[in-house]
Amino acid sequence: MRQFDYIRPASLPEAVAAGQQPDTAYLAAGTNLVDLMKGGVTAPARIVDITRLPGLSAIERLPDGGTRIGALVRNSDLAHDAMFEKTYPMVAEALLAGASAQLRNAATVGGNLMQRTRCPYFTDAVSPCNKRAPGSGCAALGHATRIHAVQGWSEHCIATHPSDFCVPLAALDAVVEIAGPDGARAVPLTAFHRLPGDHPERETDLRPGELITALRLPPEAESFRGHARYLKVRDRTSYAFAVVSAAAALTFDGERIGRVRLALGGLALKPWRVAEAEAALAGQAPAPEVFARAADAALAGAKPTGEANAFKIELARRVAVRALTQAAAGTPARIPALPASPFGIV
Amino acid sequence: MTATSTPVSNLPAGAIRHGSSIGQPLTRRDGPLKVTGQARFSADNLPPGTLHAALCVARIAKGRVTGLDVAAAEAHPGVVAVMRPGHAPALAKDPDAKDGPFTFRLDLLQNDTVRYANQPIAVVIAETLEAATEGARLLAPTYAAETPRIGLDAGDVFTPPSVGVGAPATESDGDVEAGLASADKTIAATYETPAQYHNAMEPHAAVASWDGDRLTLYMPTQALAMSQARLAGLFGIDADDIHIESPYLGGGFGSKGVPAGPQVLACMAAKLVGRPVKLVPTRTQMYGPMGHRGPTRQTLRLGTDAAGKLTALDHHILTASSSFDDFFEPAGRATSTLYASPAIAIRHEAVRLDTGTPLFMRAPGEATGSVALESALDEMAHELGMDPLEFRLANYAEVEPLTGKPFSSKGLRECYRRGAAAFGWAGRPLQPRQTRDTDGFLVGTGMGTATFPALIFEGMARAEIRADGTGTVELGAIDMGQGSWTALAQIAADGLGIGMDSLTFRMGSSDLPNAGIAGGSGHTATAGGAIHAAAGDVIRQLSDLATNDPASPLYGAGNAGVTAADGRLTRRDDPGRSEAFTDILARAGRSSIAGQGKAGADPAAQAAYAMHAHGAVFAEVKVDPDLGQIRVSRLTGAFAAGRVINPRLVQSQYYGGMIWGLSFALHERAEMDPRTGRFLNDNLAEYHVPVNADIPAMEAILVHEDDAVVNALGVKGVGEIGITGTVGAIANAIWHATGVRVREMPITLDKLLG
Repeated sequence: MRQFDYIRPASLPEAVAAGQQPDTAYLAAGTNLVDLMKGGVTAPARIVDITRLPGLSAIERLPDGGTRIGALVRNSDLAHDAMFEKTYPMVAEALLAGASAQLRNAATVGGNLMQRTRCPYFTDAVSPCNKRAPGSGCAALGHATRIHAVQGWSEHCIATHPSDFCVPLAALDAVVEIAGPDGARAVPLTAFHRLPGDHPERETDLRPGELITALRLPPEAESFRGHARYLKVRDRTSYAFAVVSAAAALTFDGERIGRVRLALGGLALKPWRVAEAEAALAGQAPAPEVFARAADAALAGAKPTGEANAFKIELARRVAVRALTQAAAGTPARIPALPASPFGIV
Repeated sequence: MTATSTPVSNLPAGAIRHGSSIGQPLTRRDGPLKVTGQARFSADNLPPGTLHAALCVARIAKGRVTGLDVAAAEAHPGVVAVMRPGHAPALAKDPDAKDGPFTFRLDLLQNDTVRYANQPIAVVIAETLEAATEGARLLAPTYAAETPRIGLDAGDVFTPPSVGVGAPATESDGDVEAGLASADKTIAATYETPAQYHNAMEPHAAVASWDGDRLTLYMPTQALAMSQARLAGLFGIDADDIHIESPYLGGGFGSKGVPAGPQVLACMAAKLVGRPVKLVPTRTQMYGPMGHRGPTRQTLRLGTDAAGKLTALDHHILTASSSFDDFFEPAGRATSTLYASPAIAIRHEAVRLDTGTPLFMRAPGEATGSVALESALDEMAHELGMDPLEFRLANYAEVEPLTGKPFSSKGLRECYRRGAAAFGWAGRPLQPRQTRDTDGFLVGTGMGTATFPALIFEGMARAEIRADGTGTVELGAIDMGQGSWTALAQIAADGLGIGMDSLTFRMGSSDLPNAGIAGGSGHTATAGGAIHAAAGDVIRQLSDLATNDPASPLYGAGNAGVTAADGRLTRRDDPGRSEAFTDILARAGRSSIAGQGKAGADPAAQAAYAMHAHGAVFAEVKVDPDLGQIRVSRLTGAFAAGRVINPRLVQSQYYGGMIWGLSFALHERAEMDPRTGRFLNDNLAEYHVPVNADIPAMEAILVHEDDAVVNALGVKGVGEIGITGTVGAIANAIWHATGVRVREMPITLDKLLG
């Protein structure tokens, strides 16, 4: 078989040291990485298995009112954590709307951030793809499908990021805690994923050897728990990536909207968050036309990459309006049986 | 899924005959083996010394392979051989030779030509699967690529010599143009269905070993003897020297009706290295050499008089085959049999594309054709302002329209009546976009007629009763998930007049009598008919012994004068006079009585009657008015398909068919890049079939139907018919909910955004 070194460090510093070697990938659950290796999409020379590292599997409330989620916490465990579900309901709903139960049982929260695009030209291992083989071109240009980007793309790459989880995390200003050769640092999730620009091969802010150790939700995130919703439109009810999704969260000052968070998924290589859209709602009384203005702002500058995905712009507007409407109406008492579905009405 | 969990609740009272096996809702006899992992599927076999093979497949759709780095592959540790053009066992028959419509051309490394994406171009054989897989990657093929023809607009249109397996491409009766010209109302509409792939859960595995010129093969197949014959021809050996074991299939859906190229390649690889070889294609490698459902573009033109009677029914189909072989989706078949019209014309045309050759896939023809036909009927009903069910009843075919033959039986009216009643069809608004539920979702209902021919093929079986009163029935029948292990055993037990506990039942091996193909929804009729005949042969001999023996209480009853049940023969005219099989055999000094039987079509009955199963499917959908998201909320089907052998399994088949129909309507579509001919979704993550959460509350109603003509058992097929009405019912319900008529399958949310 194809040879690679397998390293199982006992501590975080050992992991970081091993991860600094060129052509190295960290392995958590491997739900994406192993598939890509099997398909010949990626072929790291070294695999650093971090699944046994201590201290990365806790969900803990912080003294400041925030929450830290260890990078190795499984998606299912997080979604079903009673505190987490109550405090950040739209994040839990997004988790349960992702992948399948089997994958959620294996996949980790750190791995979720690191998952690669599902662009078929990236995963087929042979088409020109600037992400997989820098400088080879972008085969998706000229035959974009419904999964391709309408925001933030460049002529070098029109891929999207497939995560559901990251969308509400971006909305809630989640912070990515990172360990690396130069010590620990923290990066806002909204700055963690990069748009393709001229270098689609650079997907995240991680530097060589750096490793996600935790996600942190700031104290403010909890304030949205009464008015938050994740909504996902997709081609089947489970085990399908979003065509378009939206995470909407509000606070109220009496009858008027206070603070607003809105992030859209399925549109770009990162969750799409637009400050103007959120600003458009602050201080307003909730109303369809008000939400429509915010949605328009979120979709400003959107451009289809082909006939097959032009509909996503109007769809995203409507999904944003619906998510805001549902958030304004109040978070459901429990996560619906069909999480994040338009039909998931409790 | 929330399917009705009381499978016998809505069965007609007459369906269950107490005291017999037939009609009983037995659970699957193979169920415990399957859920405990003890059932051995083909790829579970690993004879001593087995090597592993991996395919190297083309990543272009048209052109030539110009280079393979054989040295790199051979140098990889564990690699034993690289089979490739010029370095493969010689075949006795050109894989491109065509003997008949059931012989499909295969890609067996005969040259360096690439005819479709994912075509096998080399096979690496190694000590481990990992080494073989890496060896295949190391071959790093280079190509001279040409521009492929992808999509129905890419080829030159021609009229194929036949469609399906030998059906005429063009059929007509009456003058369609005159019928349209004289019509009070006409509609014309064009519908499209995409290429679809079978995606059986179990890949087309093969574990092959040779002993001289004798071949042993663990291979899932729907047709043991046909597979033997094909392999015998290719390898120049006697069919009897090929032993195939195929006890369980993880789905076939038509794709395992003939040996796939990679299964033959496994045999060639085993021959090349002189050791057993196991080859299991990857999911992606199944998108190409295993067949698929060809795409269609269908134009329907309908004319009606003022009363809503059809004056003309014109169905034009454009479909596609590969560049190198013929299989043309016979999408016009349903139109020839379903609705009465003084003028009917059906015309198939085709193009050739740089894809693998299409093949039969789950209701080939009827599935695709009924999408267009049932949608067009719905469109015409709306034009007329008629209820869609009323419109269908107004055009009910009392005899088969194109042939004028009477139906051997046709319970369709009862299907309409019972289905409509159970669903609550009456009172539905005629206009679309009239109904919203309390959550604001658009609600619509639609219906479609289901039809599938009652086919029977040739099959044989052996049966035996022994002195201890136990019996054996055996034949090369196939269980691909439909429940043959159970339903055929029920027929066998009843035929021999013994309980299931006393029966040894064998099937799934080519060493047993040829039971024909498990396809065309004809396996219960075929294999069951052969069992019925073989068991009847045994009982006849047994009665001869008894009724000719003055010592027997049955003496003088005559052959027709006794019945067999519970291990006894009993006089028909005097149930008080009976004798146990054991006593009859003991007195005769016989250790056993063996018999054989066969089944097949009765040409006289076929000439005189049209034979089809029918059904009516009703669907309710909900659609998000802003987001276009669709949810099927209810599906009710009522089907009349002759005698029911096992109501639980039959209901299960109907559920499966209806779910496949839902998949066709809302999910399935193989996407290819027209520039390269490569697939964009050749995996189960992106080629969508429904998940459990997509499946609504379902109801399948078994409508009683007696048919003394169709075959000895009076059974019609139930495997495929559930698909045929369902796609149209869902498409029509979506129109009814939204007012948007989507004529291109699958119906995805973007098509409803407006």
